[in-house]
Amino acid sequence: MYPSRFAYQRAENLTEALTVLDECKDAIKILAGGQSLIPLMKLRMVSLPRLLDVGRLQELHGICQENGLLRIRALSRHADLERFLSPPGLEMLREGARVIADPQVRNLGTLGGALAEADPAGDWPAVFLALDTSVVCRSVNETRRLSIGDFFLDAYTTALKPEEILTELEITLPRAQSGSAYLKFERKSGDFAIASAAVMVEVGSSQEIRRIGIGLAGVGLIPMKASKAEAVLRGQRFEPEILRQAGEALMNEIEPLADLRGSSEYKRNVAGVLFQRAFTIAWERAGRASRPEA
Amino acid sequence: METIKIRVRINGREYEREVEPRLLLVSFLRDELGLTGTHIGCDTSHCGACTILLDGQNIKSCTMFAVQADERDITTIEGLAAESGKLHPVQEAFWKHHALQCGYCTPGMVMSAVAFLERQPSIEEQEIRRGIAGNLCRCTGYQFIVDAIQELAQAKITGTGEGTGESK
Repeated sequence: MYPSRFAYQRAENLTEALTVLDECKDAIKILAGGQSLIPLMKLRMVSLPRLLDVGRLQELHGICQENGLLRIRALSRHADLERFLSPPGLEMLREGARVIADPQVRNLGTLGGALAEADPAGDWPAVFLALDTSVVCRSVNETRRLSIGDFFLDAYTTALKPEEILTELEITLPRAQSGSAYLKFERKSGDFAIASAAVMVEVGSSQEIRRIGIGLAGVGLIPMKASKAEAVLRGQRFEPEILRQAGEALMNEIEPLADLRGSSEYKRNVAGVLFQRAFTIAWERAGRASRPEA
Repeated sequence: METIKIRVRINGREYEREVEPRLLLVSFLRDELGLTGTHIGCDTSHCGACTILLDGQNIKSCTMFAVQADERDITTIEGLAAESGKLHPVQEAFWKHHALQCGYCTPGMVMSAVAFLERQPSIEEQEIRRGIAGNLCRCTGYQFIVDAIQELAQAKITGTGEGTGESK
């Protein structure tokens, strides 16, 4: 299978890439890892006249911690995150990376590409929606930092402008008493999620839920932050009843689409169950982190 | 028709060719260079029959354009055995354990096994199965494949036997 013909150019540095994008706008599209784009082109679901290969931009590689932030540059491969030793509280970065597609796809597919694609069943959007994440978008003239909650606009549609490149994510490093977990339910190994839940929780000084973040995949047209469930939990002492109430709120605030992976009702229930399980694991991890060594 | 010149190192040999941007890497290997050991199975990025090593990492050559491989280092199934014909340890183990039935998935399966053993040799069955999760065997002959990889992982961890070695 061949994609339709296209013109190809490779950017050697970020400035060059941004200049090309600024000149061409929508007439050119970015090729990074290609693990979603190339299959779509081969199936001729998309036909693009020009591709700008950003795969060699050294400026977009690397993961580092500075000033209380974890910076993950856009060309980090899923495999890089799979092998990355997560800072305390960010266990779910590795858990998210591990369940994306298969080893070959994880070796080429990029974090920035996955977020810019904004697949509503993708793993990374759910994970980063649960965290305090800024998406850094650069163009020739400007650098914008968008809260990830404002980044996903519609199915496969983001706030990224045609002349911009998503260059990195900035994640606020969790405080010591934090834990996270990502759980995904899939039909077969390497598939997209039927539903998945990412939970990040911080325990306060009187054992209350000080901070809570919940991201979901597979439950609607866009990757979703479960704000209502978060509101139920925030500031509360953890007990089974409050978690059950949050689960109810979560199931009420989502509108999963029926497809070959299940009916709307089924996905709603899967999301509710996964959320409660992920919360329990995250809470346990946070508790372990907040207890002095026995 | 626009073409772009690429230079790729494949199994230790340099190749320079003019390619159309839409030429897939797997077609470049098979049709342009005659390296037909790399198979096309599903052609939709699911089955892993086209798996090769790109700078040592296993990737699907049906999901990469040849132009993207410019200046990169590739190993295909043809590059594993020694010039003398002596099999690579992974090929040897597949032979010993009869880790193939029809053989169609075998080149890709072997390449993924090589990458897995280089990257994170584990004797845990679940980890081995995760390591080859991107390679489908339609004969469902996974058990012997897992056995072959497990033996090599064991040898590598305990430092006995030949291990997986480097490709030549």
